[in-house]
Amino acid sequence: MTGALRVLEHHLIVYRRTWKGSLFTSFVSPILFLAAMGFGLGSLISRGPLRTVDGLTYVAFIAPGLLAATAMQSAYVETTYPIMVRIQWERTYEGMLATPIRILEVLVGEFGWLVFRLALGSVAFFLVMLLFGTVHSGLAVLAILVAVLTGLAFAAPIFAWTATRRTDLSFALIGRFLITPLFLLGGVFFPIHQLPQLVQGIAWLTPLAHGVALARSLSVGVLTPAAALHLAVLLVYAAVGIGAARITLQRRLVT
Amino acid sequence: MATSPDGPGALIHARGLSKRFDQLVAVDAIDFDVERGEAFGFLGPNGAGKTSTMRMIGCVSTPSGGTLRVLGMDPVADGPRIRARLGVVPQSDTLDTELLVEENLFTYARYFGIARDLARRRAWQLLDFVQLKDRAHDRVEFLSGGMKRRLTIARALVNEPELLLLDEPTTGLDPQARHLVWDRLYRLKQQGVTIVLTTHYMDEAEQLCDRLVVMDKARIVAFGSPRSLIDQYSSREVLELRFPIDATPPLDQLDGLAERIEALPDRTLLYTDDGEATAVEVHRRGLRPESTLVRRSTLEDVFLRLTGRSLIE
Repeated sequence: MTGALRVLEHHLIVYRRTWKGSLFTSFVSPILFLAAMGFGLGSLISRGPLRTVDGLTYVAFIAPGLLAATAMQSAYVETTYPIMVRIQWERTYEGMLATPIRILEVLVGEFGWLVFRLALGSVAFFLVMLLFGTVHSGLAVLAILVAVLTGLAFAAPIFAWTATRRTDLSFALIGRFLITPLFLLGGVFFPIHQLPQLVQGIAWLTPLAHGVALARSLSVGVLTPAAALHLAVLLVYAAVGIGAARITLQRRLVT
Repeated sequence: MATSPDGPGALIHARGLSKRFDQLVAVDAIDFDVERGEAFGFLGPNGAGKTSTMRMIGCVSTPSGGTLRVLGMDPVADGPRIRARLGVVPQSDTLDTELLVEENLFTYARYFGIARDLARRRAWQLLDFVQLKDRAHDRVEFLSGGMKRRLTIARALVNEPELLLLDEPTTGLDPQARHLVWDRLYRLKQQGVTIVLTTHYMDEAEQLCDRLVVMDKARIVAFGSPRSLIDQYSSREVLELRFPIDATPPLDQLDGLAERIEALPDRTLLYTDDGEATAVEVHRRGLRPESTLVRRSTLEDVFLRLTGRSLIE
C-alpha cells in the first residue's frame, strides 16, 4: 500500500502551493452561512411565535447540519470534474499505472486525500461554530468525524459514477437534482418532519439526512439509539461506494 | 513469424498474442520476440493494433489469448514488478499539469519508490538530458509540443528502465523536434536500453529500428530489418511520375518499364533498380509527366506492396 502514500504525496506537493486560498475559503463559507442564515434569518425566528427550532436557537440548529452539508458539497465538487480530469482529460491515472502503483492504491490514495481535505474543511467549520457559540457539548467535536463520513458517503458513489462517464454532462445534473435538493430538504434548515410524508421517506434514504441528524445530536450532546442507525447508513454508503469505485475504475483504466 | 533462437529467453516473448474488444479483433494472434539491447519497431497505419500490443506489454491491458512474457514474467500476475523496470511513453502525453516541470519528474520518481534526494538528483539529470533545465520551474502547459514530448520521455526514464516503450514518440512534432527526440533515443540505445516503439512514419522506423514488424489489420504482415524488408519487398529505386490532375496515367504505355507499377491517386510509382534509366525510357516513349522524381526505396513502399495502401492516409 506504499503506492497509496505516493499518490497522497503528489496531492500534498500541489497543495503546498494552494493551501492558503483553499483554507481561506474553508472559513469564509461557514462564516457567511452562519451569519446570514443563523443570525439574519434566526433573529426573525427568535422574535416569532416559535422562538426556537426543536428547542434550539436557529443558528445552533442549522450549524451542525451545515457542517455535514458542506462536506457533502465538497465531496461532490472533488469527485466529479477533478476525477474526470485525472481519468480522461489529462490521464493522470494512466501515468500512475505505468509505474508499480496499482489501481487499489490509486483509489486508497485518492480517498485518503479526500478525507484529509474534508477533515480540514470540517475542522475549519467547527472552529467557526465555536466562534458563533453554537457548540453545547464536548461530544460536538465528534461531529467533525460525522461530517467527514457524510462527505465520504457521497464521494465514494459519485467517484464510482464518474469513472463510468465519457463526458461531463451528468455532473451538473447531479448538482441540480441531488446535491441542491438535499441541501435544501435534507434537514439542514428545518426539521425533516415538516416535509410531506413521501419526501421525508426519500430524504431518509440519502446519507445527508443521517449525517445531519447525527451531527446535530452530537452537537447538543444527546445521543439516542437512532444514532447507531445513522452511523450505519453512512458507513454502508461509503463502503459500497468504494467497492463500486474499485470496479468501475478498474474497468475504465485496465482494458 | 518473428522468432529468434532465444525464444522464451527474450526480453519480450509473444506467441499467438491476441486482444479482442467485444466484436473487434484489435490484435490477432501475433508472434514476436524482442532481444535485450535492440530497438524494435511496430510499423503500421492507425488502427493496426500497435497501441493495443503496447498496452498489453505495459501490463495495463489483459491479453484475450496467447502467451506474453515481459522480462520473463507474466504481465497479468506480475504487473507492478514488471512496470517497476519499464519506461512508458504513451501516445498522448499524461503529464501532470498541476505540477511544475521538475515536480513532474520528482513525483514520478516517487511513484517508483525512489528516495527523495535521489529522485531530486535524477530529475535534474534528466532535465539536462532532454534539454529542459531552463524550464524546470515552468508550468507544463506553457511548454511546446516537442518539449512536452521530451519531458514525457524524461519521465519514462526516472526509474532507469531496462525496457523503454514508446507509442508514436514523434507524431505531431515538427521536423526539428523529431530529430531531437531521435537523437536522445539513439543515445539511450547506445547506453544499452532496449527500445520498443510504434510508428506510422517509415523514416522513424528506418532511423531507429534494428528490427521491426509491419502490422496491418491486427496481424503481422512482414518482419525483418528495415534494409532486408526493403530488399525483399521493394526495388532499389523508385521513379515517381506526376501526370496532369485530370489525365489518367497512361499505364499501358508504361508497361514493361519497371518490375512493378503502382498507380496512386496523385502519382504513379515505378519500382526499378535504375530510376534514371527508367525515366529516360519514359521520355523516349513520348510520355510527358508534369514531374519526375528518382528516390531510394523506403518502408512506405514495402507497406504499399504488402497492403496496397499508404501508411498515412
